[in-house]
Amino acid sequence: MQTMPKWADIVLIPVINLLLAFIISGFVILAIGEDPIAAVGLMVEGALGSSYGWGFTLYYATNFIFTGLAVAVAFHAALFNIGGEGQAALGGLGVALVCLMIPWPHWTVALVAASVGATLFGALWAIIPAYLQAKRGSHVVITTIMFNFIAAALLNYVLVNILRPKGTMDPASAKFAEATHLPTISDMLNAVGIPFAARTPANITLIIALLACVAVYYLIWRTKLGYQIRAFGKSQAAAKYAGISSVKIIMVTMAISGGLAGLMAINNVMGEAERLVLNSVEGAGFIGIAVALMGRSHPFGVLLASILFGFLYQGGAELALWTTIPRDLVVVIQALVILFTGALDGMVRAPVERVFLMMRKKEA
Amino acid sequence: MNEQAPAIELKGISKAFGPVQANKDISIRVMPGTIHGIIGENGAGKSTLMSILYGFYKADAGAVFISGQKTAIPDSQAAIAAGIGMVFQHFKLVENFTVLENVVLGAESGARLGPSLAKARKELTQLAADYELNVDPDALIENIGVGMQQRVEILKALYRQADILILDEPTGVLTPAEADHLFRILEGLKAQGKTIILITHKLREIMEVTDTVSVMRRGEMTATVKTSETSPAELAELMVGRKVLLRVDKVPAQPKDMVLEVDNLEVIDDKGVKRLKGISLNVRAGEILGIAGVSGNGQSELLEVLGGIQSATGRVKLNGQDIDLTGKHSDGRSRRKRGIAHVPEDRQREGLIMDFKAWENVAFGYHHEEEYNAGLLMDQAAIKDDAAGKFTRFDVRPDNPMLEAKNFSGGNQQKIVLAREIERNPDLLLVGQPTRGVDIGAIEFIHQRIVELRDAGKAILLVSVELEEILSLSDRIAVIFDGQMMGEKLPNDTDEKELGLMMAGMTKEPDGPVHEAVEAQLAHVDGEAK
Repeated sequence: MQTMPKWADIVLIPVINLLLAFIISGFVILAIGEDPIAAVGLMVEGALGSSYGWGFTLYYATNFIFTGLAVAVAFHAALFNIGGEGQAALGGLGVALVCLMIPWPHWTVALVAASVGATLFGALWAIIPAYLQAKRGSHVVITTIMFNFIAAALLNYVLVNILRPKGTMDPASAKFAEATHLPTISDMLNAVGIPFAARTPANITLIIALLACVAVYYLIWRTKLGYQIRAFGKSQAAAKYAGISSVKIIMVTMAISGGLAGLMAINNVMGEAERLVLNSVEGAGFIGIAVALMGRSHPFGVLLASILFGFLYQGGAELALWTTIPRDLVVVIQALVILFTGALDGMVRAPVERVFLMMRKKEA
Repeated sequence: MNEQAPAIELKGISKAFGPVQANKDISIRVMPGTIHGIIGENGAGKSTLMSILYGFYKADAGAVFISGQKTAIPDSQAAIAAGIGMVFQHFKLVENFTVLENVVLGAESGARLGPSLAKARKELTQLAADYELNVDPDALIENIGVGMQQRVEILKALYRQADILILDEPTGVLTPAEADHLFRILEGLKAQGKTIILITHKLREIMEVTDTVSVMRRGEMTATVKTSETSPAELAELMVGRKVLLRVDKVPAQPKDMVLEVDNLEVIDDKGVKRLKGISLNVRAGEILGIAGVSGNGQSELLEVLGGIQSATGRVKLNGQDIDLTGKHSDGRSRRKRGIAHVPEDRQREGLIMDFKAWENVAFGYHHEEEYNAGLLMDQAAIKDDAAGKFTRFDVRPDNPMLEAKNFSGGNQQKIVLAREIERNPDLLLVGQPTRGVDIGAIEFIHQRIVELRDAGKAILLVSVELEEILSLSDRIAVIFDGQMMGEKLPNDTDEKELGLMMAGMTKEPDGPVHEAVEAQLAHVDGEAK
């Protein structure tokens, strides 16, 4: 028995959750003596009011699409991949190695190779916890968290001792060659005569991210593998009955998940920084969890949620720049959004369901 | 008629879930000191009605009167206060607590446990003496059998001073002997003036213990009659709304080639406990071998091993060829390739993905088949087509494969699983509890389909805890107890009583006229069982 229509589940409930989060955020802003309405205005203006703002919003969104899809794919197999942060960091290492070791003739070839490198490294970093879960029963939630720390330590070591060019003090790799620099959205739009602010980081990776959304949709709902992943995620007992190997599903799903998280690196490392720096992921791996929760593990939902979080990131930066509202408050707002869309989802769901039941009864 | 106020009276109870009217204007009067049966198909609204009575649901309309007093029951606390006790189908006991602790749980007085326990111990002894409800108060729940656990549930209700006891499908997990004992306890309670409401779908129980019986169909109370003035056939007709066959119509089996040979099968579970202790059996093409047994005696493991879910030691041959019991080819997929189809015991946990659409479930387990795939993607159109056909041929209702599996009733879910497995035309069909939680109308249909497959020359291994089902479907009956075969019987040469004894682990002396072929086949099994 469907208690409420699908649109209510997919659209109405997240919107109500968001509104609640924003209302409470408003009170917090009020409490520190600022004007919440003006703050919202500033965030919207800063993130969405100009192509400059969009250039940043979409850049952040691109990161979140990858990490969000990574978490979403794992969710379908009932696996909670918290290791997006580490997998994306390793993806960065993959990108850096590909870009630094080979003199690429053109960015297109470099992009393909770097994507492969990023995916492989990210996948590899997820496969180890997957193996431990599938064969040894160590829970991926625990192991992927630990692997985040290992990844951070590993990158620290690699950057300081191996990739750091001689004579510099900065724990970062050398700048990638000119030929590997990716075209930005602004480059591409200006080329076809649409004006878009330069010096913004959003780049061609956004298109790859959109393609990844489509690919994940097909993978999960149209392929045999996706069918098996969903079956395994819904009922392990049934999957076993059907002869679906749990080892295979856990390993393959985590590899895809880690690969997607790793792929994020072509955006931040290759597209933006154009070198590998310490802590290049900047928490995008964790935002991916919120994005996947809010997007109901559906690629389209992930896309929308990513744009929302991109807006929060960029709008928050603007807020910190132009007002006395500290940057930390933006973290509070993000946390509230995560809390309401993820953890407190049931709080809103039950009353909304009741409203729909009552409406239906009146019709009958 | 009677001057006494009814112990419990429902007037015009209605309850709807969305567009589904689960209870429609239901009225019953249950007189004190009687046993009142409520019988109906699954989904007829029995459980909803009892949930209203126990405060889990709020009725949309109607009122409850207890001993003539109008009583509001907003939650289970209020129900307990009103003297209503409920014994659920699935026991609500804490496994690693003692009997005493379970009885006290939720009814402790004060912060210190000691005094409550001492008081409960005294009362428990009294109750045990009054009602023949002997249970060791210090035994851990996990160490006592299901029959005992049920007694603990009854004691829990009595400890809370229940005058009205509601039992929901109480015999589902009991052996016939245990069920008889339960009925004796119920008679005792009745003699002490308690009122009992027995919810069941088993006609035999209704006829045996109830004084009056109410029949529910599609949310309505279709009749309330004195048990002494009705017959099983009449009740069945009232439940279903048409005449039903209680026995399966079938011609004698014509067994042909050996299909399944099981030799000395052993299974040890994760806790190191031996669940199967050297099972041997065989099934020929064109016959149904029924495995009778109280649940938990190894029949589930037997099905799981044959279905590729569980690994085992021993030897299994299908059509003369060995089957891999531990290695790479020991999974559900390999079994299906070999021509073994499996209708699992628990269709909701294993046989179906409840959150999947029904059409997606039609390919479940067979999703590798070429006909369901087109290149890289699954061929959704082909699967939906196939599902539509299966829905028609197996009369699945509602006839809409786009609904999620969980939106179908138990019987219709089972039809989806059966359609999927039977239409693969397997050499061997494993069927576990084909009609558990399935309404009478669908039972008939399911039994016919199984017999049809047999008549098409396929081998069928049937596991069921319903003796009636075993007796009416099987061509041969093997009884399993504690992971061992207790012996084999022919359905015409045995009865529920004898099988019941065997199910309880009491081997009958081999003096009965057992069929010669059976005797030969089972010589060594009998030897082991002793």
